[in-house]
Amino acid sequence: MTTRTGNALAAQPERSLRVEHLVKAYQPGKPVLNDISFEVRGQNSVAIIGPSGTGKSTLIRCVNKLIPPTSGAVFVSGENISRLSGRALRHARRKIGMVFQEFNLVERLTVMENVLCGRLGYVSVWQAWRRTYPQDDIDRAFALLESIGLADFVHQRADSLSGGQRQRVGIARAIMQEPHVLLADEPTSSLDPKTSVEIMEVLVQLSEAHQIPLIINIHDVELARRFTSRIIGLSQGGIVFDGPPAELSNDHLKTIYGGEAWLQ
Amino acid sequence: MSGAEAFCRERPFKANWPVRCAWFAAILYALYAANYLDVSWARFVVGLGNGATFLAEMVPPDFSRWQLLIDNLIETVEIAIIASAFGVLFSLPIGLLAARNLLPSWVTWPARTFIALCRSFHPVIFAILFVKAVGFGPLAGILTLVFASIGFIGKLFAEAIEEISLKPVEALRASGAPFISVIIYAVLPQVLNRFIGFASYQFDANLRNSTMVGIVGAGGIGGTMFAAFQRFDYDFLAAILISIIGLVMLSEFISIRIKRVFQ
Repeated sequence: MTTRTGNALAAQPERSLRVEHLVKAYQPGKPVLNDISFEVRGQNSVAIIGPSGTGKSTLIRCVNKLIPPTSGAVFVSGENISRLSGRALRHARRKIGMVFQEFNLVERLTVMENVLCGRLGYVSVWQAWRRTYPQDDIDRAFALLESIGLADFVHQRADSLSGGQRQRVGIARAIMQEPHVLLADEPTSSLDPKTSVEIMEVLVQLSEAHQIPLIINIHDVELARRFTSRIIGLSQGGIVFDGPPAELSNDHLKTIYGGEAWLQ
Repeated sequence: MSGAEAFCRERPFKANWPVRCAWFAAILYALYAANYLDVSWARFVVGLGNGATFLAEMVPPDFSRWQLLIDNLIETVEIAIIASAFGVLFSLPIGLLAARNLLPSWVTWPARTFIALCRSFHPVIFAILFVKAVGFGPLAGILTLVFASIGFIGKLFAEAIEEISLKPVEALRASGAPFISVIIYAVLPQVLNRFIGFASYQFDANLRNSTMVGIVGAGGIGGTMFAAFQRFDYDFLAAILISIIGLVMLSEFISIRIKRVFQ
């Protein structure tokens, strides 16, 4: 593993995510995800669409082992995550940014504290307790908040913000990790249509600006078409479509979601 | 079939004979027990008379031994403060270890057992044990109240942690934060003000209990109070009771102020 990391540093490969033959079965013999394989490299945004309960959230959580996969492997920039545990897993998770449906901020902490939470994997417990982050982190946090229009809210508590603002803080927290891949789990589901579009813009912009591959779970097919360059359709635990939005036809949507009345 | 229909039309509130019998038995037992323990109206009336004499002898309160009183009160307050400080200090980690939503059962199980042990005895019993163990004096009182505090704050704190939202915990785990950092950032902010509430309530309770542990010789004003009782020194006793009331009211006032700061 040391040699692999060494090589990776020497070669500076593209930031990437590769999922190989991923299977997750909560109950033996009844897989929620069945043999999922895909790869995302470089500056690329992918939407994962599919009906509720088809394992989209499970898939995303299997990537950073919040949910341990049953079998298969996940590689982030070439490093195999699935075998890791303990400290090695924590260090690998720093490379995986995550944005949540319900923002998952610490309500009683300020916006700045929440954004700096993205650095907790890099600073010691003692530094975290005393809030002595490296000046570099603080400067980046200020710049990031400025760029997403939250400069005036730095010292406000997270619970005083609106939904859209909270999700921006959640995105900033993920970007602070300097991740190699950014996972977003239904990032717009708790937001109104206008704010949803704004949040998607922020996500895509930041992932492009920082060259981070972006994987978004989303159930709004129109948003997926509009903002991503590739769509993966998931149905009954398997990939049934993988291609650019232009190729996603109504027939595909019928296969993914079933029925057709809703397409009228 | 027709039986089922008839059943439906029965009265909605059916007579529950087992429950009625249980009530009857309970009342019967209460009467028997009162008789057995010689609880009677006659004794109650005699007792009222004794109480009146007792109260009459308490007036006027005798504050002439105020120096002894002050010394005892200071010792009482010291017991309460030291016990609360250490009790709070220990109950923070123990409460954390007992939270079942954060830690595996092999950690929470011993912590919960320890808390249950701290809660299983009344402070007086702990005080007797510690007087036997470390001898008469305030140390026994302090140890007693430390354990009482751990039992109370530890349990409530663990329950407060079990009620938190786990969403921020998930987010920080996903970012690769060490476990202790997750606790500091995602758990403590959610429970800190409740913890301060429990701690100030426990300080209040410790103050009242520290006036009592002296009765079994564990330091504080309780010992002097008990001696005054036994010497029929009722006017001095009245002075002690009045100063305890004053002390508790003062602490109530201060704790309201403190809570306002942490709002």
